[in-house]
Amino acid sequence: MHYAITDYVLDIVQNACEAHASTVHVQFWETMAWIDVVVRDNGRGMDPAEQVKALDPFHSEPDKHPGRKVGLGLPFLKQAAGQCGGLFELQSEPGKGTKVHFRFDRTNIDCPPVGDLEGLFFSALCMPGCRDMGIERIREGVSGLPALSYRLEKGELAGAVGGLEQVSSLILLKEYIRSQEEG
Amino acid sequence: MAKMTLDELRALRESKRKDLEKRDVEGKDIQIVVGMGTCGIAAGAKQTFDALVDQVQKNGLEGSVLIRQTGCMGLCYVEPTVEVLVPGMPTVIYGKMTADTAEELVKKHLVGHQLLDNHILDRPAADIMKK
Repeated sequence: MHYAITDYVLDIVQNACEAHASTVHVQFWETMAWIDVVVRDNGRGMDPAEQVKALDPFHSEPDKHPGRKVGLGLPFLKQAAGQCGGLFELQSEPGKGTKVHFRFDRTNIDCPPVGDLEGLFFSALCMPGCRDMGIERIREGVSGLPALSYRLEKGELAGAVGGLEQVSSLILLKEYIRSQEEG
Repeated sequence: MAKMTLDELRALRESKRKDLEKRDVEGKDIQIVVGMGTCGIAAGAKQTFDALVDQVQKNGLEGSVLIRQTGCMGLCYVEPTVEVLVPGMPTVIYGKMTADTAEELVKKHLVGHQLLDNHILDRPAADIMKK
């Protein structure tokens, strides 16, 4: 099971990239009361039967985890959001894509820690396979922290730092994300 | 840190690029691949990825190393897994590569050209046999 909410988000983004999505949009919205995340992609999508399988922890796509019989990404997320009084929604259509929307109630004692947001955005933007990734980050009404809102677009960031694989470029990307997060 | 604009980011890249061009970096085309499936993420692969970037920079190799992410490598029981490709050395998949081991990986494998014996899981024997 994942430790932090950011780990769940990265897992869903990785699923989207593996589903041959060319566009992935992530919205991470944080308030004092809840954390609301939407991950939308235009990947291969799932029909209703596949959606049921995706939420079954004892099912995994054979090519994703060779020799493994369990698939834990979405089932754990659904369970974690549910046990802290949050919500989980999965909408998907074959050939069109998938939307995963979940919310964690921060006031619930079972709510996991938020985790490393800069690390999440950094890893997500460097995920291979998806050309067009947009990340929208909103923070409002969190006591002791100023309101914050910014967008990260993979295409323009890759153009600005010269690709997203060489370490010299990745260091610049990290610095940029940190500067946005610190406001 | 003040909020950076994209133009400032481009200017920063240009100044860093000039610095890198001045250096004579040994061993071009080193590649590091971090497994970032559900299993890897749960075991801390995100932190490993981050730590590897920092350690490569600390050791002055940022101009010659590419770091990529991939899905599950099929070795879920020893996550986080990291594949390392260094020209002239056997390709290796290491297991249990938590963020703490990033420094050892960069200093020993990338700089010292020695394998991390306690973390090897796959591939080196076959490559060595070919020699």
